[in-house]
Amino acid sequence: MRGRKITEWIIDNLVPIIFVLFTIVGFSVSDDVPLVFFFRELSSRFFRNIILVLSLVIPVIAGLGLNFGIVIGAMAAQAALVLVRFFDAGGIPGTLLWFALSFPVALFLGYLTGKLFNKTRGQEMIAGLIVGFFANGVYQFVFLYCVGGLIKVPADHPMVKPDGVGLRATIDMGKPAEGGLQYAIDGIAKMPLVWALLLASVIGLVVLFFIYRKRRMLNRAESKFGYYFKAAVLLVAAFFLAGEIRGNTMLMNVEIPLVTSVIVVLVCIMTQWLVETKLGQDFNSVGKSQYISKVSGIDVDRKRIIAVMMSTVLAAFGQIIYLQDMGTFNTYSSHEQIGMFSVAALLVGGASVAKANIGHAILGTILFNAMFIISPEIGQAVFGQVLLGEYFRTFMVYGVIGLALGIYVWKTNRQKSLLIIKEASNSVSGYASGNSQEVKN
Amino acid sequence: MADIKAGIRKSGRLIKGFGLARLILGIFFIFLMTLGFFLNLGIGEIIGDILRRVGMNGILVLAMVPSIQSGTGPNFALPIGIVCGLLGIVYSIEWGFTGLMCLLVGFGMAVIFATVAGYIYGRLLNSVKGAEMMIATYTGFSVVALFCLAWLMLPFSNPGMSWFLGKGLRETVQLDIAEAGQVFNNFLMFKVGSAVIPTGLLLVFGLLCFLVYLFFQSKTGIAISAGGMNPKFAEASGLDIDRNRIIANILSTILGAIGIIVYSQSYGFVQLYAAPLMMAFPAVAAVLIGGATASRARVSHVIIGTTLFQGLMTISMPVTNVIFAGADLSEIVRAVIQNGIILYALTQVKGGLKI
Repeated sequence: MRGRKITEWIIDNLVPIIFVLFTIVGFSVSDDVPLVFFFRELSSRFFRNIILVLSLVIPVIAGLGLNFGIVIGAMAAQAALVLVRFFDAGGIPGTLLWFALSFPVALFLGYLTGKLFNKTRGQEMIAGLIVGFFANGVYQFVFLYCVGGLIKVPADHPMVKPDGVGLRATIDMGKPAEGGLQYAIDGIAKMPLVWALLLASVIGLVVLFFIYRKRRMLNRAESKFGYYFKAAVLLVAAFFLAGEIRGNTMLMNVEIPLVTSVIVVLVCIMTQWLVETKLGQDFNSVGKSQYISKVSGIDVDRKRIIAVMMSTVLAAFGQIIYLQDMGTFNTYSSHEQIGMFSVAALLVGGASVAKANIGHAILGTILFNAMFIISPEIGQAVFGQVLLGEYFRTFMVYGVIGLALGIYVWKTNRQKSLLIIKEASNSVSGYASGNSQEVKN
Repeated sequence: MADIKAGIRKSGRLIKGFGLARLILGIFFIFLMTLGFFLNLGIGEIIGDILRRVGMNGILVLAMVPSIQSGTGPNFALPIGIVCGLLGIVYSIEWGFTGLMCLLVGFGMAVIFATVAGYIYGRLLNSVKGAEMMIATYTGFSVVALFCLAWLMLPFSNPGMSWFLGKGLRETVQLDIAEAGQVFNNFLMFKVGSAVIPTGLLLVFGLLCFLVYLFFQSKTGIAISAGGMNPKFAEASGLDIDRNRIIANILSTILGAIGIIVYSQSYGFVQLYAAPLMMAFPAVAAVLIGGATASRARVSHVIIGTTLFQGLMTISMPVTNVIFAGADLSEIVRAVIQNGIILYALTQVKGGLKI
């Protein structure tokens, strides 16, 4: 019995386990990766990507699966950026304008995507992937030909190509010193990573204590081991960090962007809070069963559209954070990989098609980016070729998504067939997938 | 009045029978061709170009028929077959075969690889029923990424295929080094006005279409179609659906493998590394334009769809070039039409995985 439980647990967490092992092996073979370099890279990548990954959580709760359509949110943010930079706005006012412009665009595009997902029910993920490609075609048409062609722009504007039609492939976002948009949010204030982590672990300990007391007052019969384990990990981390601060080691040089991290914390809190509200409960019930939700009076289609709109807007904001940190804007390619990488990161954190929370997003973003930093080093150390490591990490991205989807569907199908054996009379629709309309005709 | 109403209803039925998407794109195609004719864009050359591209891409589109008929949906994992084909032709060049022999040995190797790969892939699809399309897409992507590693690491010694420096195969391998470029295209090639007719290429495509048609008239073929149409009923009448789905996907993978070799010989280059990554989507779009759905496809859909899709791609380049003053919109036209038609087909799929 216990053996089966362990196998079950391994299958459930196969993807995170693979990634943890990979990172550990990576560290041990490529021993010349400086720790400071690693943490600096990791923290900057983490804050760059985390909101994009968080934007995927809500659609999963609402039963839409992994929203590959967040690419559209990223495009909304980029369209807004084009306008902001066209009028040469920058600094904090420019950033606020950027947020304000991308919000309605993302809202509208999210509405359209949600409508589409309701029409392609049961195939939302592949529809999301394809609609991203489709939107990319439209995006290119607008910015490569309409600008300068249909929409008159001054041909000598620095963003427009020399022949006066279409935008250049890379657009300068403006240096921070000249009131540009690069580091417009990140550059406001910084704090050392070690202090931030210490703060986080102390807050974590306090929260853990309160949850523990609440549960004990409710007399829940659950093992205390989990709490003790988490508390021990946090305590060890806190002591280690305090030691680093006292010793004033090299790690103290790694800094994180303060305002960005506040925004990240706010998005986390709001996502968590949303799950507790009436709307969040509706999402949850729609995600569990659309049929039962409909019978109990929830407007299923509307809730699904709202979930997609929220996701698209968050993705647009995520892309803003991403671009201002990158500092270079590749007009036609900055958004292309966003959907794939974010989905892979969420899955690496242990999420599945039907289950995701902010914990998965945070853990996933850390592990995924650690893999990204380490794999060229492995390619160099083991095979003497950096390129090999880069191909390998592409394989990991695709493989992780395929593996996580495969495990999920395989498990669902297995449960379904067990159900059929239990209740032979209960007809299960999933098996006849996609062919029911032929029967009717 | 009654006459008009009946007329509208009748034409409505006709449109439904012909397929709305196919009708719109057909009219658009004819419109662009007429426009091209009046703009004096050299319509003869364009027609020859269309024929060449139909022969080039046709077999990859044909690979969609078995998988759709068996109920696993369009083969979004076409890159698996493509990689098998590339492996076949690369080994054939490595062993020093030339000309037609090089292609034939390539076919032979490719079929062997594709049979094994198709079997494994079919087994995989059987354990993930209900979400085949998404998992197929990512299986295909993963295999392409895995073979990026393989092209870099497999030992090849033919100097025409490897980099001047360092290990691994080149991004594109010229078929001229084995004198295997345009072998089919040049067979019995003739000219009508300025249109070049690649007879051999079209014959190969036609032959494979005929073989697939024959296969679906056979006992196994009919059993596969029946299983795809109504799996419960087919299972009740004693058909082994899982086995039939595997056979269909082996066939689809083999067609993909043969298709890429025919494609490469017409193009003159073997494209390795990331080139096969996105190749499934145009093939899926073409068969859907031809009138197939995600659960029903015929060989006629392949021929009509490939002609329409490739025709649109070919003609849109010179026409938009004239209208938009020097701009090449064909990539954008491709992205919009290709993904638009796949989305349209997805809205027609009912059921699927209930999450």
